[in-house]
Amino acid sequence: MRRPHPGLLVLGAILLVLPLLLPNAFYFDIVNRMAINAIVVLGLNLLIGFAGQISLGHAGFFGIGAYASAILPTHYGWPPVAAMGAGAAGAALLASVIAPPIFRLSGHYLAMATLGLGVVISIVLKNETAFTGGPDGMPVPPLSLFGLEIFGERQWYGLFAPVLLFSVWACQNLIDSPFGRALRALHGSEVASQVVGVDVARYKVAVFVLSAFIASIMGSLTAHYVGFVTPNVADFLHSIELVTMVVVGGMASVYGSVVGAVLLTALPQALATFEGWETVVFGAVLMLSMIFMPKGLVPTLAARLGKGR
Amino acid sequence: MARLEVRNLTKAFGGVLAVEDVSFTVETGIVYSVIGPNGAGKTTLFNLITGLLAPSVGEVRLDDQVVTGLAPHQLAAKGMARTFQNLQICMNMTAVENVMVGGHLSVDRNLFRSMLHFPSLRRADVVLRDRATELMAYVGLDAYLQSEASAMPYGALKRLEIARALAAKPRILFLDEPAAGLNPRETAEIDRLIRKIADGGVTVVLVEHDMKMVMNISDRILVLNSGKKLTEGSASEVRGNPDVIAAYLGKAA
Repeated sequence: MRRPHPGLLVLGAILLVLPLLLPNAFYFDIVNRMAINAIVVLGLNLLIGFAGQISLGHAGFFGIGAYASAILPTHYGWPPVAAMGAGAAGAALLASVIAPPIFRLSGHYLAMATLGLGVVISIVLKNETAFTGGPDGMPVPPLSLFGLEIFGERQWYGLFAPVLLFSVWACQNLIDSPFGRALRALHGSEVASQVVGVDVARYKVAVFVLSAFIASIMGSLTAHYVGFVTPNVADFLHSIELVTMVVVGGMASVYGSVVGAVLLTALPQALATFEGWETVVFGAVLMLSMIFMPKGLVPTLAARLGKGR
Repeated sequence: MARLEVRNLTKAFGGVLAVEDVSFTVETGIVYSVIGPNGAGKTTLFNLITGLLAPSVGEVRLDDQVVTGLAPHQLAAKGMARTFQNLQICMNMTAVENVMVGGHLSVDRNLFRSMLHFPSLRRADVVLRDRATELMAYVGLDAYLQSEASAMPYGALKRLEIARALAAKPRILFLDEPAAGLNPRETAEIDRLIRKIADGGVTVVLVEHDMKMVMNISDRILVLNSGKKLTEGSASEVRGNPDVIAAYLGKAA
């Protein structure tokens, strides 16, 4: 694992060549959504795949970021970047307050607690109509960086692609560091990691906060990108989508996160021809991939090719 | 000087006293064994001392400092390490990485420096990897340097736990049945390894059922029966004690 990451070069090359191959804005939009999902899923995979915990409410943090970027500039005149920072800080703060009690739980109980957290956030967003526009949602002002407004799918691709590349790089660094090793160790054996000095509770909280922070930032960027938010971004279905991407791509696999996000973002588009039956086909694809590749796509293929990880 | 002092340690599970009023002292640099029939409270005693269980009554002192009730990770920082009777290996990691986790407290664990690939953190991590490699050789696992932990046989995993514990640079090492499930040849090797560790200056406290091994390597032996201290002494003193023979074999009618 000490050799330079060849996967990173491949990903970089793909991201560099992709703009030349994409025919129109529609495809840029799909790739942008893939990148957004991939970055959120990278963070979530740290929590689920590497640390062995679960969150069924992560869309809640995504929603906090999205609505911070909608509400603070619209109602209070905040600059979008400040609103994004405030949203991420708020999501991280909420995560760090809620994590110590809920990470005393494990397994099904932890799943229920995180599920509840997500549902509460989504209900608040739906009901605080005066601020959030309720179920109808609200418009989001455009994002400017260094005085330049980011406009159109191609420009947004110019933002999302490097952020994705950076996220993959940072995740790989983290996994192969003492911090990441402690995360994987507490997954493997909590008691063994405790007796060599790993403060298990602190690490669970830290990785939960990190993944919430990432989700919130991406929620903010998505809100600006789409130009409109609805409470759907924070709802249970979105949380499940994110977890599904982790599982299908491969738990505890950095590239699995990216592949899972790419596939599950593309699949509904590819299945659009099934007209109304696409959710059935979607479900069937998930079931089959779990039956034949329970470890997820990337780890299974890597093992087949005899490359270990 | 006494490395470890245990005073009046008691643990009640409901109405059952798993450990009752046990006191003993472990001098620095010796091999100290705890023996007793099944259910005597040996592992519970270990769990109380190493912080996995909180004692109902009593006190534990490490180098004259009271450490009763501290969490396991706090005790690790004070120089306590242990292995487990039922293996606790991280099967999702490689063998070397398991040992590296043992050195957790000696390296930079900052989240942001980790993510941003700080050179100082990387250098320290390379040093830790080298040390883990040396430790694997020290416990006789040279052959498994490239292995995933999940691909290793049971006997090797027993040693891997010892290497991980040593990576924490402990002052006192608790080994819970290090020879359990091993064949006689492997047991003899563990025997030599424990002696080597003790000679290196690490105080070793041992729970073990293999009497030949216990009598062979122990400087002092504590005998527990039904949670209570039955006797304590050198190997020859314990061997000749009629109470010990009665506890293991039952009293003559």
